[in-house]
Amino acid sequence: MKPLLLSLLLLAGAMAAQATTIEIHRFENPRQEAIYKKLIDELRCLVCQNQNLADSNAELAQDLRRKTYEMVSAGKSETEIVAYMVERYGDFVLYRPPVKGITLFLWAGPFILLAVGFFVLFRVVRQRGRAQNDFALTDEQRAKAHELLEGDDR
Amino acid sequence: MKAKALIPLVLFLLLAGLFFFTLKKINQGEYNPRHVPSPFIGKQAPAFSIPDLLQPGKKVDPAAMRGKVWLMNVWGTWCPECWREHGYLLHLAKDKGVNIVGVDWRDDPAKGREMIAKLGNPFLMIADDQAGNVAIDWGVYGAPETFVVDKQGIIRLKYEGAINEDVWRERFEPLVRQLEGQP
Repeated sequence: MKPLLLSLLLLAGAMAAQATTIEIHRFENPRQEAIYKKLIDELRCLVCQNQNLADSNAELAQDLRRKTYEMVSAGKSETEIVAYMVERYGDFVLYRPPVKGITLFLWAGPFILLAVGFFVLFRVVRQRGRAQNDFALTDEQRAKAHELLEGDDR
Repeated sequence: MKAKALIPLVLFLLLAGLFFFTLKKINQGEYNPRHVPSPFIGKQAPAFSIPDLLQPGKKVDPAAMRGKVWLMNVWGTWCPECWREHGYLLHLAKDKGVNIVGVDWRDDPAKGREMIAKLGNPFLMIADDQAGNVAIDWGVYGAPETFVVDKQGIIRLKYEGAINEDVWRERFEPLVRQLEGQP
């Protein structure tokens, strides 16, 4: 009886703890809800920098979610809300930074590394091929080998 | 072949040098991994008008600071660094005559007033930003954060973290002095 009671109590505690972190938002239409969900997924929480607004429970993230909700409810478009956030927090607030001069290396970097990788691979493979060719025998050597292998033992 | 064998060593030395250099800079407070460049530098400071923490009937409005070089300091009683910084802000306000406007961010106003009563008040006025709207408008993401605003109402510097003697001398003082000299 006692373990059951204890586990029930623990469960109730866990549910209570979770209940405090869930925010309920009502949207006028499903499109607004979709925009809101997309935005909190794509905007970064600046306090815990590797979480988006949807994941983070930091107070600033709560505030920014509230702000996003208010703007969505006011009928603002996705681009308008993103522009509002970028104006205040810079490109860093976006998980997907825009392609421009300063972020060019960020976007191109992986492809450059891939190209370098292919280049090195190509060089290594070619070199190995050449190294194997070094073992190729001249006709003269081949004849000699043939003679040695096929010829009678002395 | 000999030269090629040295490539990994050279790469290692280059990387080690880079890491050493970066780590040293981080220890000196530069290259702070949490630093987010502010898009506000050189732009007009966002306007607001919200109740004063100490006199709730009055409004705090940065427009009142036109023609002065001033600091906006975002703090909260929940922020330990702010308690540490408070003494230095007092020193700046009392001994150096620096204009500081405070923003009590996401705080219980009663606690905010209590802290000011206990430690002293370095601020000309304190905005009571319980909802965090001013903070969002100014792109604040942590406390303490301090902005330098010039006489034209343009943001010239944003500093994240507590101000102390060294930070003041290196980052703020030259700028504030230069801005004071401008119209």
